[in-house]
Amino acid sequence: MDCLTGQLNSGMKHVQSVTKEGSVMKKIILPVILGMASLGVSAGASSAATLDDVKAKGFVQCGVSQGLPGFSNTNDAGDWTGIDVDVCRAVAAAVFGDASAVKYTPLSAKERFTALQSGEVDVLSRNTTWTMSRDTSLGLNFAGVNYYDGQGFMVRNSLGVTSALQLDGASVCTNTGTTTELNVADYFRGNNMNYEVVAFEKADEVVQAYDSGRCDVYTTDASGLYAQRLKLTNPGEHSVLPEIISKEPLGPVVRHGDDQWFDIVKWSLNAMINAEEMGVTSANVDEMRNGSNPGVKRLLGTEGAFGEAIGLSNDWAYNIIKSVGNYGEIFDANVGPDTPLGISRGVNDLWSNGGLQYAPPVR
Amino acid sequence: MAVQEPAAEVAESGRASLLYDPKIRALISQVALILLVIWLGYSMITNTISNLERQQIASGFGFLGTTSGFSIAPSLGTYIVDYAEESSYGAAFYVGLVNTLLVAFIGIILATIWGFILGVARLSNNWVIAKLSTVYIETLRNVPLLLQIFFWYFAVLRSLPNPRDSVEFGANIVLNTRGLFMPRPLPEDGMGWVGIMVLIGIVAAFLVRRWAHKRQEATGEQFPVFWTSIGLILGLPLVVFLILGLPLQWQIPELTGFNFQGGMVVIPEFMSLLLALVLYTATFIAEIVRAGILAVSHGQTEAAHALGVRSGPTLRLVVIPQALRVIIPPLTSQYLNLTKNSSLAVAIAYPDLVSVFAGTVLNQTGQAVEILLITLAVYLAISIVTSIFMNWYNARMALVER
Repeated sequence: MDCLTGQLNSGMKHVQSVTKEGSVMKKIILPVILGMASLGVSAGASSAATLDDVKAKGFVQCGVSQGLPGFSNTNDAGDWTGIDVDVCRAVAAAVFGDASAVKYTPLSAKERFTALQSGEVDVLSRNTTWTMSRDTSLGLNFAGVNYYDGQGFMVRNSLGVTSALQLDGASVCTNTGTTTELNVADYFRGNNMNYEVVAFEKADEVVQAYDSGRCDVYTTDASGLYAQRLKLTNPGEHSVLPEIISKEPLGPVVRHGDDQWFDIVKWSLNAMINAEEMGVTSANVDEMRNGSNPGVKRLLGTEGAFGEAIGLSNDWAYNIIKSVGNYGEIFDANVGPDTPLGISRGVNDLWSNGGLQYAPPVR
Repeated sequence: MAVQEPAAEVAESGRASLLYDPKIRALISQVALILLVIWLGYSMITNTISNLERQQIASGFGFLGTTSGFSIAPSLGTYIVDYAEESSYGAAFYVGLVNTLLVAFIGIILATIWGFILGVARLSNNWVIAKLSTVYIETLRNVPLLLQIFFWYFAVLRSLPNPRDSVEFGANIVLNTRGLFMPRPLPEDGMGWVGIMVLIGIVAAFLVRRWAHKRQEATGEQFPVFWTSIGLILGLPLVVFLILGLPLQWQIPELTGFNFQGGMVVIPEFMSLLLALVLYTATFIAEIVRAGILAVSHGQTEAAHALGVRSGPTLRLVVIPQALRVIIPPLTSQYLNLTKNSSLAVAIAYPDLVSVFAGTVLNQTGQAVEILLITLAVYLAISIVTSIFMNWYNARMALVER
């Protein structure tokens, strides 16, 4: 890529000399060439060594949703919060020791992969389902699971529906470009039921259409249903049906081909899960750091050189826990029982408590 | 010293160096520019291909044959293509294409009619009509189209009743918040003949028109071309239809459970998109029509009146044909605008080409480069075809100077 840019530069000089007197020509050609050159540069940024690029610009560019309470949403002060946002903050804390060194790009479901592939964002943390086709054919890597979800249905209580199997002939509102759209097709087809799908690009438009009666059913990931229900005119008049029709492991995504950056994002998430398992919280991390537990000392960087192995300082995980918290803390703060979403840990509890959250050890 | 020598040569031959020849210089710079453009294009393509390969992003057009697995809202496209979840991405492409063409085609026709009415109305001698038309045009022309689409979709059509309280128009046609439901025609054997008769009727009507025109030129006698054409285009197929014993069944929509099932439905997304496109584009067409009519000298009207031609025929036979020469070129732009604006459908979930193909299919396959190229090519093709047709029509209408 550097060589291409070099060629462009020399090409530019050439053109300048040729059209020394043709000012009109210069006006037309120069912007075109500059545009092309910047295209080359941005394509270059998307290749290897994301860590170097991130360090050079001083922040992590993070792709998030356009507003999903609990996952990635702006609060009253205009700051991004949510469990997906905290993954980005954890990565920034690991790289810079400063969880606020993140810039956010709100992306629609449709735009998200292209934004990551083209290098517009460094990490995509946008309630994105890990599937085989996305992992293998889009040039992406999923760095773990920060929320185990499944697709559900929400209906008006007044319809008197108690099971998704009673939805034959219903109009279904959903988001375009999601696994949801495919799952709902599979489910209705598998159960020989008819339905009409109305697929919008933005989640807010789906909510609006469902709220105004365009559809009988709103379907998305169950966590999303609880989150979006808060936006309805009368949240109490709607309920989520018991059926969960799919597996939706949601997690952060990075570009394929940069293993170092992949490792950093993966281990930032693992560090938070391991910290919860070891009982390290943002409150006691300073104390635990100087304690006697060797596992905790390895995680927090007082023993071994695990941070250096991924190109960071050894206190990378300490910075994450100190400024963002462990997995349990970010879960409780954003989606847990005490938040408006009121979601219990369920399958997202630690493996040691009967859940699915399990991180490989730092060793 | 070396500098001196060529100067001496110049003096001998009386010609400047080739480099100082303006023609040669122009040629060199143009060739350089073309080479540069070619090189930029080439490096963009190879760059894209190598980047896709390096990041292991799937490429190629093989995805068009794979099963799509998603559903598309019922629309003319899904009826024609007979689309279901088992269909391929290619079929989804056709559904989107048909839906885009449908809304563009109907939109162009309605916007033209409504625009002509508005444009003439704004020039009306009737004060109320002229002012109403002015207010309408100035309001709708100056509000962004996307807002108008949202207005029709979220504000107006959302206030329709739910399926249980549908408005019934008789003949099994009902309207509710899920759309306009009507019986769906299911053709049986022999329906093809009826279609062929329609085509024959159209050709015959065209020939009759030419013959009547020639006769009028020669003898001055008029012939009821309009009613004859109606008879040929509608009557002929109707007779065949009756002879073959009504080869057509109707599937009637019925309220079962949540919704009306069966039959044919015009979804509210289509209605709001069409309404917004037509009402918006018609304001521009109205202004073009007004400009066209004003461009025809008032003397033409006065001359026609002096010959005793009434107002209606004056407008139809004297003013409009001359005005069309001014109207057609900018009208073409409006047609292209309407077609391209139909891609705003994506905002309200109408399954057009951008929503289905450059939206859902792009996201499920992740092959952005191929899909966007196809979509761009399709819009380009639609626009160029529209343009070619309008240029042909313009040439036909142009002043033939003798």
